[in-house]
Amino acid sequence: MKEGLPGYRGIALKVLSDAGVRVEDMVRIRRGSEVYEGILFQRSQYDDDEHIVIKLKNGYNVGIRVTPNLVVERLGEGAKAAFTPPQPPKMNPSLPKVSILSTGGTIASRVDYRTGAVTPAFSARDLYSIIPELSDIALIETQEIFSIFSEDMGPEHWKTLAKVIAHHIEAGAKGIVVAHGTDTMGYTAAALSFALQNLPVPVILVGAQRSSDRPSSDAALNLLSAVKAATDLPIAEVLVAMHADPSDETVLLHRGVKVRKCHTSRRDAFKSINAHPMAAIKDGEVKILTEEYRRRQGGQILELKPDFDERAGLLKFHPGFNPDIIEYLVDKGYRGIILEGTGLGHVSKRCHPSLKRASSEGVFLGMTSQCLWGRVNMNVYYTGRDLQAIGIVPLEDMLPETALVKLMWALAQAKEPEALKRLMLTNIAGEISSKTSFRWGAP
Amino acid sequence: MDYESLGLKVGLELHQQLKTASKLFCLCKPELREGEAELKLLRKLRPTQSELGQVDPAALFEFKKGRKILYEAEDRTSCLVELDEEPPHPLNQEALDICLTIALMIGCKPVDEIHVMRKIVIDGSNTTGFQRTCIVALGGLVEISGKQIPIQTICLEEDAARLLGIEGSLVHYSLDRLGIPLVEVATAPVLSSPKEAEAVALALGRILRATGKVRRGLGTIRQDVNISISQGALIEVKGVQKLELVSKVVEYEVQRQLGLLAIRDELKARGVKWEDLTDNFIDVTEAFRNTACEIIRSSINNGGIVLAVRLRGFKGLLGKELIPNIRFGTELADVAKFWGRVKGLFHTDELPGYGISSQEVTELKKRLNASEYDAIVFVADRRENASDALMAVVERARQALVGVPEETRGPNPDGTTRYLRPRPGAARMYPETDIPPIVIDEERIARLRADLPELPELKVERFIKDYRLSRKLAEQIVDSDFVSLFEEIVSKTHVAPSIIAVTLTETLKTLSREGLDVEALPDEQIMETFFLIDKGELAKEAIPDVLRWLLRSKGSKVRQAMEALGLRMMSRNEVEAFIDRLLMERKELLAGDKSKAFQRLLGIAMSTLRGKVDAAIVQEILRKRIQAEAGGPP
Repeated sequence: MKEGLPGYRGIALKVLSDAGVRVEDMVRIRRGSEVYEGILFQRSQYDDDEHIVIKLKNGYNVGIRVTPNLVVERLGEGAKAAFTPPQPPKMNPSLPKVSILSTGGTIASRVDYRTGAVTPAFSARDLYSIIPELSDIALIETQEIFSIFSEDMGPEHWKTLAKVIAHHIEAGAKGIVVAHGTDTMGYTAAALSFALQNLPVPVILVGAQRSSDRPSSDAALNLLSAVKAATDLPIAEVLVAMHADPSDETVLLHRGVKVRKCHTSRRDAFKSINAHPMAAIKDGEVKILTEEYRRRQGGQILELKPDFDERAGLLKFHPGFNPDIIEYLVDKGYRGIILEGTGLGHVSKRCHPSLKRASSEGVFLGMTSQCLWGRVNMNVYYTGRDLQAIGIVPLEDMLPETALVKLMWALAQAKEPEALKRLMLTNIAGEISSKTSFRWGAP
Repeated sequence: MDYESLGLKVGLELHQQLKTASKLFCLCKPELREGEAELKLLRKLRPTQSELGQVDPAALFEFKKGRKILYEAEDRTSCLVELDEEPPHPLNQEALDICLTIALMIGCKPVDEIHVMRKIVIDGSNTTGFQRTCIVALGGLVEISGKQIPIQTICLEEDAARLLGIEGSLVHYSLDRLGIPLVEVATAPVLSSPKEAEAVALALGRILRATGKVRRGLGTIRQDVNISISQGALIEVKGVQKLELVSKVVEYEVQRQLGLLAIRDELKARGVKWEDLTDNFIDVTEAFRNTACEIIRSSINNGGIVLAVRLRGFKGLLGKELIPNIRFGTELADVAKFWGRVKGLFHTDELPGYGISSQEVTELKKRLNASEYDAIVFVADRRENASDALMAVVERARQALVGVPEETRGPNPDGTTRYLRPRPGAARMYPETDIPPIVIDEERIARLRADLPELPELKVERFIKDYRLSRKLAEQIVDSDFVSLFEEIVSKTHVAPSIIAVTLTETLKTLSREGLDVEALPDEQIMETFFLIDKGELAKEAIPDVLRWLLRSKGSKVRQAMEALGLRMMSRNEVEAFIDRLLMERKELLAGDKSKAFQRLLGIAMSTLRGKVDAAIVQEILRKRIQAEAGGPP
């Protein structure tokens, strides 16, 4: 990549650098009788090397093919592509303190000239300044922790995030809001639920399904509701705040260990599974939807347990599943495997030898269901009993992803297999429900 | 009027819906919904910055108005793409081909690589808050009545959602129209008279129709007209739906700008200065405590106030009519309504009146310390709205000192216009990141070039030669919305082309004059009418009656029309029996001259049989019978 001409390669790069122009210069491009004038724009690296992109005076971009008779001329400096954060609004020191921590994701994305798609770019401060109504709800402190898409988040990021949150809580925040990419927001929510125990204030994860550079972004309502939840909610747990339906009206708060992204693109992609949403926020009013929650109360001291052991895997069983995958994980030194079995919690008897080996080598084996809705029960069919005899632990109504995250966390807390098993079966953050309510609905 | 010396410059942006199988960015039907809405959703839009970091002032304003948008959707015509719940699918290639075809017909140069853009529009007409649009071609030239008219751009864009209504701050849209492909052809601002503007609009419309790939009917073609005169300003009139209205719109706009310039000169002569116009608003609610004015009283009863401002030196100017029914006072009222959400305003040029007494006017003048040269504007509403409204009035009055402010205006049915919003800038263009650039290769252009539709002039000549239409009829049909339908019916039936052409021009015009909405007539029903004529089940004489009945009974079929109108065709036997009976009853007519008798009897027979049998058959049978009666050889 040539300095000043990002995204251009090959023949297009040669023509432009020979002409001595840079991206954002005002240029005139001629080919015979055709004349194009405009600002030279950056090109996506995945587009071909045969076209030059300019922004015409009317605001439209067009691509011009590089041909031998093309003449490129520099006319002067053009306008710069930039995002200018507006002045943040005046803060009201009498309002409760809320920290907005940003990690990246759609809620904080705008156009990326490298790929032509969107990329994380807004800092928490930017978000605050483009949604000035936030200043009516809380005294906001912002911190940009990462600027990454959520698929790049991992246990190391959860650890850092948990520590930063703990720091903000110690500094007196009445609630924490974490702006997060939606793809793995459920995993992070579960991770924080285990890492941040005895929470004195709510920790609200919030995302957007439409990037915040679009007028129709759901980011504003989600973020406003998340901040409202952070200040007002009597629930001191890790929660996820997202649209309840396609309208910009109601935001639901889901328990961090019971929530899953269930749609690729809709605003209401997040659903509580095997649980009822905890609260709803509409027109700035908070409505509590459940009686079972950890109350926010003074005097609570946060217990930070931010360590995770990555040597845990999640395997989805399917017809034709090759048990070699289990052997591979054992060979690679994995210390635990969550199985996403069929129905009530089954895998083919073909897997028995590999599972026996794993069990005998001290690898923790936990069973969840790929049905997602409902509870595993490995007593109904003898196949389930066989699996239990091998040492597979039924994990009740835990979501497979939650079980995986919990296992990573538990591996870092408990060294002994029995202690690990006990920890996995202990309800820490509401991940295991004592009963299966008919009110929770089904898919 | 000497438009040339006024420096009139008109540019046109013609928008035409394309006739594609699906919408521009998804596979939904590009049609308006017939059934009830299945889904309603409420949204809000907020302004964002363009890639150059600017916020469009018009966009910002829409947001500040606190607008909420209620969308209605139906499954056949919308999916998650229209709901803005799913990213757009790839650009419709059929629509792109039609656009490229139009570009080649007009002699525009297709761009090498298309970049889809987002044009920020946050009035709710797009669920995304932007309209997706792209330049397909640049720089063409069309010759219209001997003048070379430069075409600046040809764009392909998605149509907006269909406005159903506005209630306060809630705007109601249907999502069916959103995403229907539109071509936009923009001329350079070089047209120099209202007549020329209209001629160019019609000629461009004709070229678009020549592709045979455009929709017809009200709202399928819309014209934006940019108008300026030397001392005036650039005014964009958005969404003129009838091309015939273009010249009227231009005439009135020139007149309006001249009127505003005259007001400017008068204000100058009166020595009114910028600083004379202040935001000094006075609460005059007390002066109207016992008013007989219904509007003011009810506003006060609802907790509103009456807020007034003095416009120094404006007396008499607010009542000045710029164009029919639009006074300078109307222009002030328009901005007050827009920026202040008020229902209207009062000004002293129209008072006493509306139940406001002369004592109240005197009191008002006293409270505002107004001289006999001043005008007073006041509104009755909530304090915040009233204050916003008067702020806009003062701003607009200040602009009157300079001349004509740049605005976006909307057309009224008579060709006059009303204020819509401030003119948006280029600050609202942003790349559509969900769609990668589309390369237009040379093979594609070559393929389209080899198959270009016939130009309208050539079509007229061909219709005269091949279908034996008169020049007038050929021109009429080529100019109409029905040229593709005409050729389709000609190719699929044996009905005489002139009858089809007359039906699609004269007959429909007559029905339109009767007040019927002929554009609502579905192509399929017109086609079916001619199929039935072709099969001998319907007489061509019955066409006007059938079409009239169909237009009055929306959603009905031709056969239902025939049933209702008693237009079932008679068999030959039935006709023969009818004529035999007629001859018996009117024997006396056969006594004299045979050809006279034939004419009389034919007249009587046809008065009953018209529409139920082809007239030629009646003639043939009658002639045979008369000759048989006379005993001569047939």
